[in-house]
Amino acid sequence: MALEKITQVRGKGVYVAGNEIDTDRIIPARFMKCVTFNGLGEYLFYDVRKNEDGSDKEHPLNDSRFSDATILLSGENFGCGSSREHAPQALYRYGFRGIVAESYAEIFFGNCTTLGIPCFCATKEDIRTMAAAIEADPSLEITLDVENERIRFGDQNLTAVVRESARMALSGGKWDMIGELAEGESEIAKVVAGLPYMAP
Amino acid sequence: MSQSLFGKVWDAHAVKTLSNGQTQLLIGTHLIHEVTSPQAFGMLRDLNLKVAYPHRTFATVDHIVPTDQRQEPFADPLADAMIRELRRNCEETGVTFFDLPSGKQGIVHVVGPEQGITQPGTTIACGDSHTSTHGAFGAIAFGIGTTQIRDLLATQTMALAKLKVRRINVNGELHPGVYAKDVILHIIQKLGVKGGTGFAYEYGGSVFDNFSMEERMTVCNMSIEGGARVGYVNPDEKTFEYLKGRPYSPSGDEWDTAVERWRSFASDPDCEYDDVVEFDGANIAPTVTWGINPEQAISVVESVPTVEGSAEKEKALVAEALEYMKLPAGAPIKGTKVDICFIGSCTNGRLSDFEEVAKYLEGQKVAEGIKAIAVPGSQVVDLICREKGLHTVFENAGFEWRGAGCSMCLAMNPDKLIGDQLSASSSNRNFKGRQGSPTGRTVLMSPVMVAAAAIKGEIADAREVFGVGELANA
Repeated sequence: MALEKITQVRGKGVYVAGNEIDTDRIIPARFMKCVTFNGLGEYLFYDVRKNEDGSDKEHPLNDSRFSDATILLSGENFGCGSSREHAPQALYRYGFRGIVAESYAEIFFGNCTTLGIPCFCATKEDIRTMAAAIEADPSLEITLDVENERIRFGDQNLTAVVRESARMALSGGKWDMIGELAEGESEIAKVVAGLPYMAP
Repeated sequence: MSQSLFGKVWDAHAVKTLSNGQTQLLIGTHLIHEVTSPQAFGMLRDLNLKVAYPHRTFATVDHIVPTDQRQEPFADPLADAMIRELRRNCEETGVTFFDLPSGKQGIVHVVGPEQGITQPGTTIACGDSHTSTHGAFGAIAFGIGTTQIRDLLATQTMALAKLKVRRINVNGELHPGVYAKDVILHIIQKLGVKGGTGFAYEYGGSVFDNFSMEERMTVCNMSIEGGARVGYVNPDEKTFEYLKGRPYSPSGDEWDTAVERWRSFASDPDCEYDDVVEFDGANIAPTVTWGINPEQAISVVESVPTVEGSAEKEKALVAEALEYMKLPAGAPIKGTKVDICFIGSCTNGRLSDFEEVAKYLEGQKVAEGIKAIAVPGSQVVDLICREKGLHTVFENAGFEWRGAGCSMCLAMNPDKLIGDQLSASSSNRNFKGRQGSPTGRTVLMSPVMVAAAAIKGEIADAREVFGVGELANA
């Protein structure tokens, strides 16, 4: 399975402030009654963006200055709670291609990586600096350098952290593991044979 | 070499190291449900792949199923489409489906254990983060995303990084009126919602030794709310006793061999953990959440925090939570009016939960204006409760007794909050909007505490309401 090597993401940013932003907030469960992931982008952060009558609340994603953003900034423990892959799917289908946060919930991080979305870890300070720069100039181009773990914008060149396994998978074009997993058929069978509970 | 259970089970299931440094881990038991699986089966079809081990894959329907008016077609066409899709996928691939007509349908994390599918020394995955529940049996069990469901269907393996292990000891004795739910809420309050990220939690100590399997499941269930993807208890005689005679448990000549093998997976007494944390059971009180994540919890005798009184780094989240929950800062949580009372979910929807509440419901009545629902975690739990007459106790008290499913935990079926209703809930998440209304408010607590709230119409100390033991100083 030939996958794109994701060595960097380049685009505009938008800052969605807050810690412990959970996946129920990212995509409310009532929008998950579907058998495909099609159309999920429309419901991203729905309840924090929309009033009950469908009109817009004040939210960075409703701010037209940031409507082309492909990089999302946030806080600690981003994506906590439910394992729903619908959350990164909604982010991807909305248009996001990279995330910069202080930390991530584990299952969410893995889901993003599997979809080819790099998740960068940066300090609170650096995220504030980025957010201020974006606020001052929403058209600012940001480069997330996966291989070198750096974030560049304006004259800034910040260090960041991209977990090694994710970094290797993304930049090596192996972020979707199915091909590699399927290669291990005989080794898998050996392990299965050693587990009595697997017997038919 | 001395190892924890996690290390032993990991080694027994590791296939090889992958190019990204992660391990290709065999997942021996794959549980699926209707919400996170359809896209995975779709991906399998697109890739022209078959299910590698259909006999190791088990399905149920739980999230979207109505808890009343369950006749098909469901009133919600989207829900109806989802159950039909799961049925089709299982028929086409040979996966066992505990469907509605089977008598075995229910919440996936209730069904696995009661069918004897959940066993010690196994790896278990499901597209649902509360899969950690099954760790109560000494399994490595965790939630996964839909793309990993595809990987498991196709290869029975997935890529995973090895977790560190934190041993959590809860010693001493719990006071009367303090339950397993309070223990895990307490642990999460102390260690935080991200304290467990990168860790498996191994729970032990005298409190866990004394817990039943269902109590161990309640604790393991909410490990993920503390950031720990995996949470487990070492298998012991209680584990084996629970499993004996269940439909998928080993039987006959195989039983004794299996038990010996299971016993061998328990952590070696001298193994090293990456971290060890100690708790005294006597310090745990009936606990309720007051905020918008499971860590924002207090004893029922305490007051809602104030922004001024909170640590600097907590202030923003405390302010956000106070605004959303509309609870007066600094006021006692006891006395907060409730609208809806929900007993059920994969955390607290098992037989012992209903038995314990039924003890106290005799002769009591749900307060005027309160909607109270009791939702058995599975058709089997429902049947046993009915055989014991428990459902009548609930109904006589004014609870609605429902059919099995996830119900009001998460708003994918008709059981939802309306407007800013406040629910006293035995479920596991109190996030904004979790229970179906964008302004709905959730307060988590034990089933007995939900019952007390239902009787009083407000958050109450169940020990006072029901005269449970001595009132402990919290």
